[in-house]
Amino acid sequence: MTVIKTKFNRRSFLKVTGAAGGGMLIGFSWLGGCAPASEPEIAIPSEWYDINGYIKIGDTGMVTIYSPNPEIGQNVMTSMPMIVAEELDVPWDHVVVEQAPLNTGFYQNQFAGGSLSIRLSWDALRMAGATGRQMLMEAAAKEWGIDVSEVNASEGKISEINGDRSIGYGEIASKAVGIEVPEEVQLKEPKDYKLIGTSKKNVVAKDIVSGRPLFGLDFKRDGMKYAVIQHPPAFGMKIKDFNIDEIKAMPGVTDAFIIDTAIDDSKWFDEKGYLQLIAIVGDSTWPLFQAKKALKANWEEDSELESTELHNQRLDEALASGDAQESRKDGDTEAAFKNAAKVIERTYTAPFIAHNTLEPMNFFANVTADKAELIGPTQTPASLEETVSKLLDIPVENITVNMTRIGGGFGRRLYVHFGVEAAAISKKIGAPVKLVYTREDDMTQGTYRPTYKSIYKAGLDENNNLIAFEVKGAGLPEGPVFPNRFPAGAVDNYSAEKIHASTNVTTGAWRAPRSNFTAGAEQSFLDEVAEAAGKDPIDFRLELFERAKENPVGEEYEYDAERYAGVLKLVKEKSGWGTEKPGIHRGVAAYFCHSTYVAEVMDIEVVNGEPKVQKVWCAVDCGIVINKDAAKNMIEGGVVDGIGHAMYSKLTFEDGAPKEENFNNYQLIRHHQAPAEIETFFVENEISPTGLGEPGLPPAMGALANAMYKATGTRYYHQPFSSSDQGQKTVIG
Amino acid sequence: MASFTLKINGKKHDVDVDPSTPILWVLRDHLDLVGTKYGCGIAQCGACTIHLDGAAMRSCILPVSSVEGKSITTIEGLSEEGDHPVQKAWLEHDVPQCGYCQAGQIMSASALLNDNANPTDADIDSAMSGNICRCGTYTRIKKAIKTAANS
Repeated sequence: MTVIKTKFNRRSFLKVTGAAGGGMLIGFSWLGGCAPASEPEIAIPSEWYDINGYIKIGDTGMVTIYSPNPEIGQNVMTSMPMIVAEELDVPWDHVVVEQAPLNTGFYQNQFAGGSLSIRLSWDALRMAGATGRQMLMEAAAKEWGIDVSEVNASEGKISEINGDRSIGYGEIASKAVGIEVPEEVQLKEPKDYKLIGTSKKNVVAKDIVSGRPLFGLDFKRDGMKYAVIQHPPAFGMKIKDFNIDEIKAMPGVTDAFIIDTAIDDSKWFDEKGYLQLIAIVGDSTWPLFQAKKALKANWEEDSELESTELHNQRLDEALASGDAQESRKDGDTEAAFKNAAKVIERTYTAPFIAHNTLEPMNFFANVTADKAELIGPTQTPASLEETVSKLLDIPVENITVNMTRIGGGFGRRLYVHFGVEAAAISKKIGAPVKLVYTREDDMTQGTYRPTYKSIYKAGLDENNNLIAFEVKGAGLPEGPVFPNRFPAGAVDNYSAEKIHASTNVTTGAWRAPRSNFTAGAEQSFLDEVAEAAGKDPIDFRLELFERAKENPVGEEYEYDAERYAGVLKLVKEKSGWGTEKPGIHRGVAAYFCHSTYVAEVMDIEVVNGEPKVQKVWCAVDCGIVINKDAAKNMIEGGVVDGIGHAMYSKLTFEDGAPKEENFNNYQLIRHHQAPAEIETFFVENEISPTGLGEPGLPPAMGALANAMYKATGTRYYHQPFSSSDQGQKTVIG
Repeated sequence: MASFTLKINGKKHDVDVDPSTPILWVLRDHLDLVGTKYGCGIAQCGACTIHLDGAAMRSCILPVSSVEGKSITTIEGLSEEGDHPVQKAWLEHDVPQCGYCQAGQIMSASALLNDNANPTDADIDSAMSGNICRCGTYTRIKKAIKTAANS
């Protein structure tokens, strides 16, 4: 029996750590101290055979499936292996899952962003599974001296079609590794899926609820130092010097210095608030937090210290300038508005907001003369490797990146600076180190959702048809408008302008970038227009989709009108739209982003004078659903996140810095503010799957605004809606 | 620095740390009990929730000097096999997304159920409002608490 070395030679550091019942987790040995929670259904193999970079089969029939992408809570660590297991045709309770390390030479698209993990890996994961299945079948056929067409593989076993022979995957795996990789494989038809479309529990859930070490912040290595950083107190300031001797003399502090992480030709993922930082190193976390408090630093101004007032002024100036970076124009809006029977114009705004992943930024780095080992929570491991290579002049092939479970992403960990900072500190001290941000560091460091302002204008003719639609949106720094999205294609006279404006506050992708504002603005504006037209808000939208489908305006637009209308029809049916009970105030919204269509109906009840979301119905078209209950969990999370950020959260700037620094003055949605119930329905089709990490959030902001209007009689134009000044009156004219 | 003898999950541990050190960092950095999480450091997010003599407490603001002689339970000690009724209910409802806050949520929920075996929605809101879930799993958490209460 030949044992083939696994491609990544991981066998030496595998341990089974998960529960029985399918889809167990295998963790790296660096998460030491993990023990099997209970005996798996299948014996632990003594030999493993590497079938391909995604699949390893043990001699007992246990199958390891590598999950290539970072796990930020979107549950890809369960859903990606489900796809492989489906095509491999192996029982889920034979499967253990392991997080793959970064391997740019083998895996593609090893990142978590843009709701793209499943969408971009759908083919690769199916191919990996089907290739493995084919190789096992060929090995069995060869063993029995028959043609491969005479065998079948199912549920972890190969059987002779016209005979009695059968053999388990584990028994034939050693032979399968010698089989030439097939050039073509047959993929299953969706109707034959056994795993895809079912609900499988999160493979890491038992470890999560038991408090086992999983996250970057939990990682430890013998001899590891801890480090904290201090950034300048405001955007527009940089460090001059600090009381280094005093700090170094503090108990528990072993070193303190300034690091500079500036590199030439930086890329988008290098976006960060501050390039020069004070670093303090020691043996444990608490003394370092104390040392941060004892810092006396001199800072100097190197650009303007901005305020919220200045930001609002810049947005107004940008909108007035008409200097659009992207635009679309169909027909003649100016003439149409002149001829319109009714014109409605409304302005919407949203503040800067922080990601606030509950696990603050952190990373482990062990940098030696010509090597770097990086372990921690990153959404973009390849980008981290690239920047560390540039900064420390270490070739990428000498850098390894392992991904821990990630305590929240939302876009924050697309940016690699904290991993780069850890590497710079490790290099400087010549020892392994774990960098830990305080919550205040995390919230005030930057990379925020931009602040936005958009002006919407609609014209109705005397028959209440929408004849003109105009949107102008500015953002600091990127405008929020998607010129080719709905209602582009559905209105004869249409104009959209996306306008950029400058700021020295750093910004980045925040869950559903731009859509996280535009959906709320557009969908509450359309609600107001429908009201002015005297039409039901769902029927009003359906008319527009019909127009876009039957007789589209312009050359192209970025949505499928039928699928868009489909989720609205589904949510209308499921929510019993139009039949709500007295005392229930309803709002609806639908939005398409990240290739997925979501419509939501939200019910608000006024309890003790306060509006409270009682129930939310969601209709989703993301093509094929991989893991149903987990998919619902993502949509539920998006709804809660959307309500929370539309309702409560904001950063306010003064003298270049946000006034909000921690959860005592930055409000996030809490238990008592969350909907009592969320119900999600999926459109059933056989379209290739698209993502769910982001699309549930944007329509929640619109549905909330519309339901709040019904409940309170006030239109909500300015996020956060809990702020008392909503500015405009509700008069239509 | 000073020596402290702590009773954690039924076992005695001796640590030598600054008396101001919050029990959170003693657990995490000195005793390798990293299930208790750091989230905000000012008792606003609940990620660091432990039981102190059975009551839910935020360990990030609780100096080690104040807990000697008291019985501390962390998520690692809530049950030996991860099968406390609250943990089982969390698995049944597949609650976690990123999972970072869940140890704190479970510690708050289990303390609530110790005091009140059959909590109303308002009781749950009141006991749990100090625990932030940034991923938004609140509706599942509430269902899981009710399942645990009924078990």
